[in-house]
Amino acid sequence: MSIGAAKIAVIVTEVEEINSLIKRFRFVREDGGLMPAFSGGAHTVVEMQDGDTRRLNAYSLMSDPADLSGYEISVRREDGGRGGSLYMHRMVKPGMKMLISPPVNLFAPDRRAKKHVLIAGGIGITPFMAQMAQMDALGVRFELHYAARNADLCAYGAALADRYGARVHRYYDDAGQAIDLKTLLATQPLGTHLYVCGPKGMIAWVLATAEAMGWPRGTVHSEEFLSPPVGQPFAVELAASGKTITVGATQSLLEAMEAAQVDAPYLCRGGACGQCETRVIRCDGHIDHADHWLTEDQKAAQTHIMPCVSRFTGTTLVIDR
Amino acid sequence: MTKTVFEPSIKSRPVYGVLTPRPGPAHLIVADGEGAEAVAALFAQAPDLAAKSYLIYIPGANGCDLSVQAQALGADRFHRAPTYAAVRSRIVKVLGDAHMGLQVYVTGTESLMGQVMRDAAEAGLPHEAVQTEHRGSLARRVQCVHCKGVTENVTTDPFVCSHCGLSLFVRDHYSRRLAAFQGVNIDAEDPGEVPPAVERFK
Repeated sequence: MSIGAAKIAVIVTEVEEINSLIKRFRFVREDGGLMPAFSGGAHTVVEMQDGDTRRLNAYSLMSDPADLSGYEISVRREDGGRGGSLYMHRMVKPGMKMLISPPVNLFAPDRRAKKHVLIAGGIGITPFMAQMAQMDALGVRFELHYAARNADLCAYGAALADRYGARVHRYYDDAGQAIDLKTLLATQPLGTHLYVCGPKGMIAWVLATAEAMGWPRGTVHSEEFLSPPVGQPFAVELAASGKTITVGATQSLLEAMEAAQVDAPYLCRGGACGQCETRVIRCDGHIDHADHWLTEDQKAAQTHIMPCVSRFTGTTLVIDR
Repeated sequence: MTKTVFEPSIKSRPVYGVLTPRPGPAHLIVADGEGAEAVAALFAQAPDLAAKSYLIYIPGANGCDLSVQAQALGADRFHRAPTYAAVRSRIVKVLGDAHMGLQVYVTGTESLMGQVMRDAAEAGLPHEAVQTEHRGSLARRVQCVHCKGVTENVTTDPFVCSHCGLSLFVRDHYSRRLAAFQGVNIDAEDPGEVPPAVERFK
């Protein structure tokens, strides 16, 4: 299980269709108490009992961190995904009881910054909504650049523009609008930090442009939760537990360990946080690393694996778990 | 060449690198004493860097003055200053007017590097974004933990605080906020029993 406090038993109080792809969900505690405090950029892991399959997906908290009467998330429907978002869209209704994890923040704004520039693509807006509420209350300087396919898919865009005025800039792909990233990055005062959350291609574009323009590494922040890739089933020997398990084609190694009652650590379940890092004892074959955590050298050495997203092809894999 | 090898120490003790050209529209370079040689080595790695650079040079407190050589390196702007205190307001202004993408390089004594890193951090740049290379004197900038006075160019251990007169042991414990090593009274328990001063930071 995850480190830290126990899961929070919640009731779904609101399910709202924001547009054709995105639904918003609100959770309040079953015991009527306040939610744990969180900071902008934090996420929660939502547990879904989908028939015999237990799904655990991380979603950014989008509600105002000052409001601890509940948490809100938004879920984009991924029709080709592994099923978590489809479960949220089809099965989760107001009144339903669920379990969620306490909040964890892997995408916190750097409070030393003189100014924050936030770049969002599509559903990547959600962590910034909580961050902006907090920055606005603190009087911290920020601006949002939010790209979406069109006005309809620019979830919450109009409400954000109403609330934050000229600090919100919206760009619609269908109208041929795009963020002028080079000008944006060239004109920021010293001490600005940059944050990006959105599709993989957008994150790569922003990170590469910032690096080429001389932005120091410590001033550029990104968050992308990966879904575990599907692949061929493979066997893994768990040395500490004395078990050998088989990871199914649509299952992650972490999920397979959990199904075998092995208590493996995790936080984000998306290759970002490093919590599930596991030592490889023997590897006759190739680890298909899919995470953002291990260094290139570590990946090449095949001495560690991130069970939440990475897979294996070969004859023998023994890990220290 | 005056490249320095530092003995391993506690985590607090700063470590320095080797200046490497990085992409960026503007480059602020601050050097003192023998640091001019590291600037020459930096420019030799990237011939187009000098034309985008603002070089500020301060002769070393140890008497090493390479002003002529520094000016001859061909930086777009060159400024010579007698001390860091004299040039600090200029550097703070340059940082305050700068945009993200500015690269900051500092080379020479630890006192200079620490103070530029402190001022760059106050301007919002992460301290690790400032490139450093040690050259020349190992003399330290030390804060007396008792009277809080800072003594520049400390070369011996122990030394006498220039503000309160206590004999101070010089620690490797360093403050980024103060840009100074910490000096602690060495004869607090047995007043007068002060070991002879040894030149540790030439």
